[in-house]
Amino acid sequence: MEGVFLGAALFSIFAVILICVFLFAGGLPAIGKIGVFSFLFGTEWSPTDEPASFGIFPMILGSLYVTAGAILIGVSIGVLTAVFMASFCPPRLHKILKPAIDILAGIPSVVYGFFGLVVLVPFVRVYLGGSGSGILTASVLLGIMILPTIIGVAESALRAVPSSYYEGALALGATHERSIFFVVLPAATSGVMAGVVLGIGRAIGETMAVILVAGNQARIPNGILNGARTLTSNIVLEMGYAADLHREALIGTGVVLFVFILIINLSFSYMKRVKR
Amino acid sequence: MTLKMYLKYPFSLFLRTVVVLATAVTCFTLLFLIGYILIKGIPYLSLDLFSWTYNSENVSFMPSIVNTIIMVIGALLISVPFGIFSAIYLVEYAKRGNKMVGVIRITAETLAGIPSIVYGLFGMLFFVTTLKMGYSLLAGIFTVAIMILPLMMRTTEEALKSVPDIFREGSFGLGAGKLRTVFRIVLPTAIPGILAGIILSIGRIVGETAALIYTAGTVAELPKNLLSSGRTLSVHMYALSKEGLHTDQAYATAVMLLGIVLLINMLSTMMAKKIEKKS
Amino acid sequence: MTAKINIKNVNLFYTQFQALKKVNLDIEKNEITAFIGPSGCGKSTLLKSLNRMNDLIEGCRIEGEILLDGQNIYGKIDVNALRKRVGMVFQKPNPFPMSIYENVAYGPKTHGIRSKVKLDEIVETSLKNAAIWDELKDRLKKNALSLSGGQQQRLCVARALAVEPEVLLMDEPTSALDPISTAKIEDLVLELKKKYTIVIVTHNMQQATRISDKTAFFLLGEMIEFNETETLFSIPKDKRTEDYITGRFG
Ligand SMILES: Nc1ncnc2c1ncn2[C@@H]1O[C@H](COP(=O)(O)OP(=O)(O)OP(=O)(O)O)[C@@H](O)[C@H]1O
Ligand SMILES: [Mg+2]
Repeated sequence: MEGVFLGAALFSIFAVILICVFLFAGGLPAIGKIGVFSFLFGTEWSPTDEPASFGIFPMILGSLYVTAGAILIGVSIGVLTAVFMASFCPPRLHKILKPAIDILAGIPSVVYGFFGLVVLVPFVRVYLGGSGSGILTASVLLGIMILPTIIGVAESALRAVPSSYYEGALALGATHERSIFFVVLPAATSGVMAGVVLGIGRAIGETMAVILVAGNQARIPNGILNGARTLTSNIVLEMGYAADLHREALIGTGVVLFVFILIINLSFSYMKRVKR
Repeated sequence: MTLKMYLKYPFSLFLRTVVVLATAVTCFTLLFLIGYILIKGIPYLSLDLFSWTYNSENVSFMPSIVNTIIMVIGALLISVPFGIFSAIYLVEYAKRGNKMVGVIRITAETLAGIPSIVYGLFGMLFFVTTLKMGYSLLAGIFTVAIMILPLMMRTTEEALKSVPDIFREGSFGLGAGKLRTVFRIVLPTAIPGILAGIILSIGRIVGETAALIYTAGTVAELPKNLLSSGRTLSVHMYALSKEGLHTDQAYATAVMLLGIVLLINMLSTMMAKKIEKKS
Repeated sequence: MTAKINIKNVNLFYTQFQALKKVNLDIEKNEITAFIGPSGCGKSTLLKSLNRMNDLIEGCRIEGEILLDGQNIYGKIDVNALRKRVGMVFQKPNPFPMSIYENVAYGPKTHGIRSKVKLDEIVETSLKNAAIWDELKDRLKKNALSLSGGQQQRLCVARALAVEPEVLLMDEPTSALDPISTAKIEDLVLELKKKYTIVIVTHNMQQATRISDKTAFFLLGEMIEFNETETLFSIPKDKRTEDYITGRFG
């Protein structure tokens, strides 16, 4: 029986290998044919033109911009909310807030996307101009979506700080707020950063919500109110009708995304280890 | 501190205000999102939507609900045993300092971090194309099963770890073997934790879209068998939002999805309470 | 070779640390043997090595022989069968999170008894032997964790008796209990010695004098003195035993 258990446990290793093999086998040949440089840094994506060009640089930028925006919003609000939950919140309120934030984490991406489509897009269109779909809208939406991740990790990091730090600061005459912000929060930095990295991973990998609100134009983004296409959206939008090299180039897009995510994951594990 | 005292420390007052504001924004966002969708959507929950056959007239989401249920059951059937068995290996059998354990943990973490769309691509390349399943519920089930495996592994592992060693000792002390101890004492004690993991997994499957579009496909009708293509409720929701033709039905579908999410959250809160009471 | 258990030249190591040093001891049948000594001297360690519960601890290594009815339990034997013969009651009551009935029936079921009638009978006798039948007979289906600490501990005794052991090991079975529950367990132990061989670890010297026939005193992994309980407490041979029982250290 121990063999059965071990087999089950080894299955996850097998799965990771299988995923890598199929993804790389499906995507690398295309990247080779197109040329690594013109694939990664080519600024034009027109797969159906004659001759076609497969540059995914616009999508890489799109993913980076949208993720950066999401982090800006998600981290500032998320960390502050975590501070409130860990250090300002009466226990009774905490009992309500915690499950509420779990709900936020459980809402499906497409529902977020739909909400963005029917609420955020018109809002941005009316008050800020443009079509409403674009980097800003996508960033705000993604920022909301990564809130629960960041709040959860940051709160436990804050709670893990020994109370002697806080008490020490109080004993020096600092107010509760100062003690929290200048002693406890800095002591929790590595944990909070781990939450941020996790949030980046989530944001960069998010697909359905972004597709519905980012505009999806496959060109170098210019301005936060204008549209952009992310790596993830690129795959979903075109996989339905792509064939041959185009299809392979989309899988190649997946490979690039996968490598990004692996790097982020590795830095997350690394940070967790440093913390210990 | 009273407001008056705070006036002596304006910076502290500022910090407190910022923190409270941020929390208010978080809460407002949640309430607004849920409230908006429920209020706008519930009126659109018409009987048409629940008819067993889909056509472009009624835009019924009933077939999608059936597909979702099939997807959930299928994926759980695969990943629950795998998840539980791996966790049993990691917690009950692996010796301390076993190198394998470290490798398994890292791969499980990696699996957990892979975005759904990458799972979707993999499922399309492997199950749909290489194994020739075509766009089918089965291909979707396998893809999603791998996707939730790390979640099942982690939650079960934690549940097993939280079973106190004195129960194991008690069982061994009566002459029970390892296997019996694991299945008769440890697993039953860990059930609330395992259930919590299953509930979370259900939530993930129900909410999944990107991994399913190019594996299970987007056919909106009732499936004939596991090799038929079929869209789940989330995929249905995406299709409706993307087309932009059936906004009313999209609202109604969003209400259904939110309802499921709220139900799942209630269940998992209940589970958490049960676990807390036990320890 | 009439003793139930012979402990011969036992050394025990937790990785590097030596927890037992050249321990020699004979445990007689139908007697109560008490282990006393200051905390950390190796009482629990020795007790656990009598039914090989030490096997569960990684890095634990044992030298020497422990014979049960003349057979070395560290030789080629079935450990589960050994633990059926040598039962154990733990310091902290540890009933399983299931019903009272299931707790007692767990052991017999483990060893292959399936018949409901037989199981009912075993549960009843075991609970009676543990002097807790009258208190529990009307709520056998209730969760064992709902019992009081003292009841839980007697339930654990019943659970151990249900597999019909020959030896019963008890590691400070009353340390978590109030005086009344303690008295009940002590009466129970005295009653049980008619049928079983009992080894009990205790920190309470009055308890040792009240119930045990023989007492072994341990210090830093060594067995310092072993004698009739009465003799050991009235005329200890070793200075260190005297110091300990008169409360000069430990
Ligand atoms: N699992 C273990 N790993 C390493 N060392 C251990 C382990 N268990 C016990 N020890 C050490 O072995 C020595 C004897 O421990 P043991 O538990 O037998 O003492 P004891 O006499 O039962 O003490 P107490 O009266 O406190 O229960 C102690 O020094 C203890 O630290
Ligand atoms: Mg002890």
